[in-house]
Amino acid sequence: MYEHDVLVVGAGGAGLRAAIAAHEEGADVALVTKLHPVRSHTGAAEGGINAALRNGDSWQDHAYDTMKGSDYLGDAPAVETLAQDAPENVIQLENWGMPFSREDDGRVSQRPFGGLSFPRTTYAGAETGHHLLHTLYEQVVKRGIEVYDEWYVTNLAVTDEDDPNERSCHGIVGYDVQTGELAGFHANDGVILATGGMGQVFDHTTNAVANTGDGVAMAYRAGVPMEDMEFIQFHPTTLPSTGVLISEGVRGEGGILYNTEGERFMFEYGYATNDGELASRDVVARAELTEVNEGRGFEDEYVMLDMRHLGEERILDRLENILHLAEDFEGVDGLEEPMPVKPGHHYAMGGIETNEHGQTCIDGLYAVGECACVSVHGGNRLGGNALPELIVFGKRAGSHAAGRDFGEPKIQTGKPANPELEDIDTTASLGTVGDDEAAADGGLAAADPETVVNAAVEREDDRITRLLEKDEGTQHAEIRSDIQKTMTANVNVFREEDALEETLHDIRDARERYEDVYVADKSRTFNTDLQHTLETRNILDIAEALTMGALARDEFRGAHWRKEHQERKDDEWLKHTMVSWNDGEPELWYRPVILDGENKTYEPKERSY
Amino acid sequence: MSTQSPDTQTESETDPQAERLERKEERAEEAASSATETAEDTVELKVFRYDPEIADKQEPRFDTFHVPRKQGMTVLDALMHARDHFDSSLTFRHSCRQAVCGSDALFINGSQRLGCQTQIQDLNNSDTVRVEPLPHADVVKDLVVEMEHFYDQMESVEPYFSPNEEPEGEQLQSRENREKIKMSTRCIWCGACMSSCNIAAGDNEYLGPAAINKAYRFYFDDREGDDRQQERLEIIEQEHGVWRCQTQFSCTTVCPKDIPLTEHIQELKREAVKSNLKFW
Ligand SMILES: Cc1cc2nc3c(=O)[nH]c(=O)nc-3n(C[C@H](O)[C@H](O)[C@H](O)COP(=O)(O)OP(=O)(O)OC[C@H]3O[C@@H](n4cnc5c(N)ncnc54)[C@H](O)[C@@H]3O)c2cc1C
Ligand code: SF4
Ligand code: FES
Repeated sequence: MYEHDVLVVGAGGAGLRAAIAAHEEGADVALVTKLHPVRSHTGAAEGGINAALRNGDSWQDHAYDTMKGSDYLGDAPAVETLAQDAPENVIQLENWGMPFSREDDGRVSQRPFGGLSFPRTTYAGAETGHHLLHTLYEQVVKRGIEVYDEWYVTNLAVTDEDDPNERSCHGIVGYDVQTGELAGFHANDGVILATGGMGQVFDHTTNAVANTGDGVAMAYRAGVPMEDMEFIQFHPTTLPSTGVLISEGVRGEGGILYNTEGERFMFEYGYATNDGELASRDVVARAELTEVNEGRGFEDEYVMLDMRHLGEERILDRLENILHLAEDFEGVDGLEEPMPVKPGHHYAMGGIETNEHGQTCIDGLYAVGECACVSVHGGNRLGGNALPELIVFGKRAGSHAAGRDFGEPKIQTGKPANPELEDIDTTASLGTVGDDEAAADGGLAAADPETVVNAAVEREDDRITRLLEKDEGTQHAEIRSDIQKTMTANVNVFREEDALEETLHDIRDARERYEDVYVADKSRTFNTDLQHTLETRNILDIAEALTMGALARDEFRGAHWRKEHQERKDDEWLKHTMVSWNDGEPELWYRPVILDGENKTYEPKERSY
Repeated sequence: MSTQSPDTQTESETDPQAERLERKEERAEEAASSATETAEDTVELKVFRYDPEIADKQEPRFDTFHVPRKQGMTVLDALMHARDHFDSSLTFRHSCRQAVCGSDALFINGSQRLGCQTQIQDLNNSDTVRVEPLPHADVVKDLVVEMEHFYDQMESVEPYFSPNEEPEGEQLQSRENREKIKMSTRCIWCGACMSSCNIAAGDNEYLGPAAINKAYRFYFDDREGDDRQQERLEIIEQEHGVWRCQTQFSCTTVCPKDIPLTEHIQELKREAVKSNLKFW
């Protein structure tokens, strides 16, 4: 068994920042990650990172823009913390050497982004995430923080009191991909999940293949509620063939969108007469699909994004990476031609419920970054707001786990005694099939920590042995691909009741087939077949919760559009959808959104762009 | 204007999105049927296989897969197809599929490339694609190589910002200085350069192009200060440092991020000479 004070699962921007903070607080901290840190998907972020750095801007304005952008589904204490802490954190990155783009006077550059009232997006070319990831990893190397890379975390070691709010997390179960060794990791002070996005639930996504939502699914099965899962951001400018992202920076710098009629539709069809291409992502994504659906799309699939008029010099200075992406993945020269773009899955606004210190309802378990939902993005994330979330809340969670006292949190976590429950109106059966407990949480109530970790390792050992010993059956790739297809067809930008219901049936069907899953590769050495099979289980649980949320929320808010419900219903829906794993049966309930901040109470207003 | 999107105004009976998807499917079917009429179009993928643990894979060999050719197909797409449809034990690293994570550097038709960045139709011989693990590294399994040595070399140049003085507040940096280091900051640690380098193959202690490039990135960053610069020079000037480079340019040729590696190494050699002159 390995032992550390703080264990961070995942080494993207959020995990690395958390590890540095815990280390600075004096803890013995280790990172456990299925990819080497520099392979994390944070490296793909392009556009930038928001922080109110300059005169004329303020954290209050950043917080206001974020609340409004969230369609009033962000929790004010989290949003204000983000806006307040972002500037010092961005300057910290600069001090650690991050090569930001610069103004003539040598200061860090900022540019306009959708939904922002001030050009507060700092950036490093169109490869901000790459530089952020590498800068943070460099600091981890400098501090000599231990990294277990290519270790896949399969489950959490959590005690099994009946009430999840009374459980505690003592560690994790790790699987060394290179050797096949399964081992317990005991955390004296805390486990921080920073496992990133869940894009692999869909088949057209900007996310990496490794973004399978493992942390979300593990926390869910251990008893932590998943929050606002239906809120998925579809980015309006992804390349049609692969889903590779063309940064919002292109529109920020003045790129224009047009349809087959050569019309600049954002203005000409009045989707967003004030902001045009720079309207919020949900607005632009719907506009593009509407154009395509009404027959004004190229090859019935995409629209065009043009940046030629920006001129070669400006493109090379600020968007050079975009030229390479368009060239490598679509065969288009962005200096000479417009680029084809369409909406694609991009970001999960929802995830593991946490408070503003990164804590979940399980003692000793934290979550940060894209896998978490501290609720800063609500119904729609503004571009450039995810990267500050990683560093602001990564740092807070790391320090808190290592013992720093931040006082009482304003955000509550865990299912309350009498929650507002909802029965989903569906004929599909939900939750586990048959005897599926190996993947559920458990451990021994009130046992000593090491016993809990050992018990968790044993359970995972059984699960893996079963998968490897089974000689024939279904292969995970088929199941994964079916889920991705049904999600893309039915739980995409436009959503309808019947289609959502159909997806729940498809998921049930996939769960039944997963009962028969087996791993053809019998080797213990670098067995990606096994790893992907375990991931597919996570995808199933996440897809189900996501679709349940989408079915329950019968209104139109932020990125969530429902055909039958074309208005935002503030009387009824200023609340988060929560899904809890109740002994293998998903249970849906609600928690009110917090609109009261330190700065002010954010009164819902119509979003007009 | 409100956020209401105009699709609410189109009250057609059938959903436009469904119609559109149907049309697309029709097109795909058309394309597929015309393709089957004109002979099977497949790519022959020859892949290196090895697993130390499985008896009949302990002897390295090549497996051949016939993967249906698609427009715009990359080598990574073909590998994933082969794995998901023919042999789930086929093992390779990959993640981002957009040339930023650096995990799928492979030896493709005889040169080091990223699988995801390599369009099959752009290869010289695009009918047969031969995929092997990166040369000059231990093979763990199939296409996966041991990267530890590469990481060790990277870490040996102290790859982190450590200014002479802790900065207070925002540091200024000129556009020119950022421009100077820009290319060097693009490295994604894929290991292609190191694998292509004859010197590195012969001298296990040679820092190698990626690590020297990392040193360049900090050496020329004005924000670090003079003392630190001198220390950095000492690191790269050591016996197995810059002077080993024989300017063969193979690293520069294969780097998927177009980093002028050889030029950077030469520039550091010149800096070393200049600084030595100072002491003479
Ligand atoms: C293409 C793209 C562009 C973007 N551009 C921007 C932008 O310009 N501005 C912005 O603000 N946001 C942007 N975003 C969003 C933002 O980049 C992501 O939300 C953010 O980087 C996620 O960081 P993370 O640390 O949470 O996760 P990641 O960087 O994805 O890291 C996840 C880590 O968890 C590890 N992991 C996962 N599962 C396991 C497991 N089971 N066991 C062990 N380890 C595990 C992985 O190895 C990895 O190290 C962009 C996103 C994408 C996809
Ligand atoms: S310098 Fe280029 S080839 Fe070498 S590791 Fe970096 S990106 Fe890869
Ligand atoms: S898959 Fe990331 S570089 Fe190719």
